[in-house]
Amino acid sequence: MTDVVNPPATAPAEDHAHDEHHGPTGILKWMTTTDHKIIGLSYTVTSVLMLVIGGLFAEIIRGQLASPNSSLVSLAQYNELFTMHGSVMIYLFAGPFAFGGLANIIVPIQIGAPDMAFPRLNALSYWLYLTGAITMLLGFFTAGGAANFGWVAYAPLSNSINTPGAGADLWIGGLLLTGFSAIFTGVNLTATIFYLRAPGMTMFRMPIFTWNMLVTGILILLAFPVLTAGLVMLYCDRHFGTHIYSVAGGGVPVLWQHIFWFWGHPEVYILALPFFGMVTEIIAVFSRKPVFGYKGMVFATLSIAALSLGVWAHHMFTTGVVLLPFFSIMSLLIAVPTGIKIFNWIGTMWRGEVWFSTAMLMALGFLVTFLVGGLTGIYLASPPLDFFTHDTYFVVAHFHSVVMALVLGGMGGLYYWGPKITGYLLNERIGKIQFWFLFIGTQVFTVPQYILGLLGMPRRIAVYPNNPQWKALNDWSSLGAALIGISTILFVINVIVSWKKYPAGDNPWDAQTLEWFTTSPPPHHNFYRLPQIRSERPTWDYNHPEHKSLAHGQHDTAVHADEVKVP
Amino acid sequence: MPTFGAGKGVTSSSKSVFHLWQGFSIGAVVIGGFVCLLILYAVLRYRRKGDNIPTQSQYHLPLEILYTVVPILVVFGLFAATVVVENKELANPKTNVIVDVNAFQWGWKFSYPGTSTVVVGQTTADPTMVIPVNTDVHINLTSTDVIHGFYVKEFNFSRYALPGVLNQFTIRAVSLGTFQGQCTQLCGLYHSLMVFKVKVVSMSDYTAWLASNANPAAAQASQTATQQQTSTHVKSKSTASNGVN
Repeated sequence: MTDVVNPPATAPAEDHAHDEHHGPTGILKWMTTTDHKIIGLSYTVTSVLMLVIGGLFAEIIRGQLASPNSSLVSLAQYNELFTMHGSVMIYLFAGPFAFGGLANIIVPIQIGAPDMAFPRLNALSYWLYLTGAITMLLGFFTAGGAANFGWVAYAPLSNSINTPGAGADLWIGGLLLTGFSAIFTGVNLTATIFYLRAPGMTMFRMPIFTWNMLVTGILILLAFPVLTAGLVMLYCDRHFGTHIYSVAGGGVPVLWQHIFWFWGHPEVYILALPFFGMVTEIIAVFSRKPVFGYKGMVFATLSIAALSLGVWAHHMFTTGVVLLPFFSIMSLLIAVPTGIKIFNWIGTMWRGEVWFSTAMLMALGFLVTFLVGGLTGIYLASPPLDFFTHDTYFVVAHFHSVVMALVLGGMGGLYYWGPKITGYLLNERIGKIQFWFLFIGTQVFTVPQYILGLLGMPRRIAVYPNNPQWKALNDWSSLGAALIGISTILFVINVIVSWKKYPAGDNPWDAQTLEWFTTSPPPHHNFYRLPQIRSERPTWDYNHPEHKSLAHGQHDTAVHADEVKVP
Repeated sequence: MPTFGAGKGVTSSSKSVFHLWQGFSIGAVVIGGFVCLLILYAVLRYRRKGDNIPTQSQYHLPLEILYTVVPILVVFGLFAATVVVENKELANPKTNVIVDVNAFQWGWKFSYPGTSTVVVGQTTADPTMVIPVNTDVHINLTSTDVIHGFYVKEFNFSRYALPGVLNQFTIRAVSLGTFQGQCTQLCGLYHSLMVFKVKVVSMSDYTAWLASNANPAAAQASQTATQQQTSTHVKSKSTASNGVN
């Protein structure tokens, strides 16, 4: 082996002194920092808090639905609860957790960069996000309550006649702020990945997580400004007398749906792609193999992104005003790259050494749950089947399978990368118990909802007739929600129990990518030194120089022959 | 063949939708089952047994092409079946039986053009739409305020009632009975209570019902309302309701 760099031993003392350099400490440090790791951690903590708040709303919703004609909450409160549940989970948890939290921390380290390309813009993103989140939630403290028109805010229900009150305005304002936060993060991720890669880190040597974040960043830039524009127009309709979405003034209510879903469907992949990336890394590391079909994986991500820009109207099949066959075939086609990903994940495990760590269990839970959500999504891409199930619990179950898969993947990400960020491992035993609660809870929660949808239960209804079958299924679903709630409590317990208890070391998982080459947590500008980057697995290549990735048809023996040649 | 949780429904096209459902379900069960077995096999057969480093194989091009091409073929098969059912379901054959369905916050109005029969009901009193069996019934669906969803489970079908848009479709009930319908699109405070019924009766019963429920005053009011709608609201005829273009 030639050109071997120094081992990634702990850094010399004077470098550590440099860490602490000339800055404020404590809360002032937190408020003024431009360090991507601290901003990312703030994002992660805030978004997990949002997960808990949104989850609390969900538990109340499931409490209400546990019995027919329940009066746990009023009709008005129920509308607020599911609106804010969806809004918190989609706008304030899933996206910010992925591209503001984990990606912010991990992407620069994965590509060997000292920080994001625009550190101050990064800080602005976080503060906009936090402000937006608080703004949206403040709706609960207004006289009319929080927004109550569903997280999709369909016009003309969302106009000032049908939904007067400050709660709706705070919702719009909060979403504008978090929208800008997302756009700035998109700018930052894209610029960072294009311009700050370490020497040797070519595009096709980027880890899949970084690839997915690049594509996510580009999708954010394409989709979010559309939502912003739509929201501004909605605000103008509400307060400045415009009639963009109102029939009375010559406007078109369906325009809102077009604008919303033109953002909303890419958004589905803006949410999902980061988690696909996390799971890809986890499965590869805990199978001790390279990502199977790496290039195919990249092209699959790119084609998902491309297709996702042309499928928005599959949310609007039942409006009767969209071209059904076009949006149907485009939506069905997304199954192809998604299928490629699933087969690649299986291929990665194939003939590997599958290590059932908590992170890996979460990734496997993601795989199964996402498979269910993906397959039921294929039904919904077919207009006749969509007419049949649209706005029933079948759809609710479908997207909860998908988003709960993302929660599983995200938890896997926390167990996998948490030690890199904090320097300490989480308790594996509690982690595995948490996994089983989360995984089983998810299935018990969603499967009855599929059946309820087929039995004709519409979504977003606070009360339903006294039908024993519906009640039984709703009770199962509520039980599942309770199990998921317990899993969240177990996670919090795990964080408390494991607090600074199990030192992680630089590379506890024998992982493959660059972030595992540096210390845990990484120093101020991430690296004291870098290994040679000659594949997408520089850390693995460094630690296992005799076990490089093999192309198709290549065998172990070929490598050994090579080794003989190199003195 | 298993129903996969769906029902045949009571209209001529609900049966086709049901069969399409079965087709998709068979595909989903076969593909999903196969993938689950692969996952299960992989994690059990290749679970970690020691500190070995497995062969670092990364590509297998023929296999990758296989699992790209086969899904594409499956997708086009599903799409073809979709288009066939969709065209049948959305065909608008000529018929004399027409019902104007108007959704509003929070109820339904069913009026029968050419007659003076109007049925209105909201929240506490569910209105009933009466239609004849084995006859094409043309529905003109509109909304006065926000978006509502016209959904009858036994029709295996739903359609939005949009303000400013006239949505048209045809249903042909093939069995007698009374069926529950409900608004599926969130429309405000009493969305949960926006329920209606559909009663399918024989043609003679239908004619008798129309005659016995004639209500000249209400019909006149409804006529005026419809005219207003036509002049101010109805802008475009639904494109999709003409079938696939």
